[in-house]
Amino acid sequence: MPSSKQKREIPGTTLFDGEQARKGYALNKMCFSFNSAENRAEFVRDEDAYCAKYGLNAEQRAAIANRNVLQLLAAGGNVYYLAKFAGIFGLDMQDIGAQQSGMSKEAFKAKLNETGR
Amino acid sequence: MATIVGSITTSHVPAIGGAIAKKRQQEPYWKPFFDGFSAAREWLAKVKPDVAVVIYNDHGLNFFLDKMPTFAVGAALEYRNADEGWGIPALPPHRGDLDLSWHLIESLVAEEFDITTCQEMLIDHAFALPMELLWPGPAPCPVRTVPVCINTVQFPLPTAARCFKLGLAIGRAIESWDSDARVVMVGTGGLSHQLDGQRAGFINREFDQLFMEKLIGDPLWVTRYSIPDLVELTGTQGVELLMWLTARGALPGDVNKVHSNYHVPISNTATGLMVLESI
Repeated sequence: MPSSKQKREIPGTTLFDGEQARKGYALNKMCFSFNSAENRAEFVRDEDAYCAKYGLNAEQRAAIANRNVLQLLAAGGNVYYLAKFAGIFGLDMQDIGAQQSGMSKEAFKAKLNETGR
Repeated sequence: MATIVGSITTSHVPAIGGAIAKKRQQEPYWKPFFDGFSAAREWLAKVKPDVAVVIYNDHGLNFFLDKMPTFAVGAALEYRNADEGWGIPALPPHRGDLDLSWHLIESLVAEEFDITTCQEMLIDHAFALPMELLWPGPAPCPVRTVPVCINTVQFPLPTAARCFKLGLAIGRAIESWDSDARVVMVGTGGLSHQLDGQRAGFINREFDQLFMEKLIGDPLWVTRYSIPDLVELTGTQGVELLMWLTARGALPGDVNKVHSNYHVPISNTATGLMVLESI
């Protein structure tokens, strides 16, 4: 049987398991709130106050301030909720993919197009 | 008794919603994807289903981590799409079918699937976009619907074997439903893609195409893989192929492939479409 002590290693990949879900709850709850336009506006008006309201820890707060997806994942974020955070800045999945893989968006898109050929 | 006419399985990338809203279907980037749907719509016009049972995964519109059901079945008169936070216009609501919902719920629980029932349920792009592709507006969608949501947000996910068994049980439930309705299975998700981590952008054409081929005559093939195996082979979101497998499981007896399409990429995703008909 799988055990939390023998996690499957998949390069460049973190499974959003119980450990991540526990660590990231406050961050994910805040990002889930961004389904509402009113909440997105409230975040933009006062980011500090909004993060404090959801009880983000220092690592999560810094990752939000840095708009850094890999840091957000390391702080327990789940990509589906993080995508709602990215949406506030008009970023799409290709922006997010490019940032995580350390490429420009154009290079990231070119790589995907190449896969399609 | 109700009849299962077949299944349509497809990808459900949010960017498709943007392309529909901006009428980009015939632009070179989008055309190979959208054109794949003509044959699916022709088949639907021929088999004329009354109800669609839609197997999909929610991405944080209806469900949050506070309560995360592994399997959830809708039992509402109407299912609404809503703001998901990333700027895709909301799609029209869908009519429910309460008789089939409750028949399904009773049958599944009797078969020891401990599902969550939802008398209120928002449907996200994973439900609404494929329906828009199969029955484009502005005419209202002609079929009633029953949503079946499978968790792919928080691991552990149900195994491929479990999802196939859920599909089998859904198939038996529909076939025992005292109705003359014609039912189509819809499964949405995949194929290979990964949105998160340094491996973002990962795609596996060979696996996708083998999966599509095996799904026709040997759907149990994929159950040899564990969920972490499937993530490694298809990406963190490629594991949504579970929706295809569940929809396929519901088809009684042998099936014919009516149509398939496979196109890479749409956004970060390898997109697939397959229409299977019950023989």
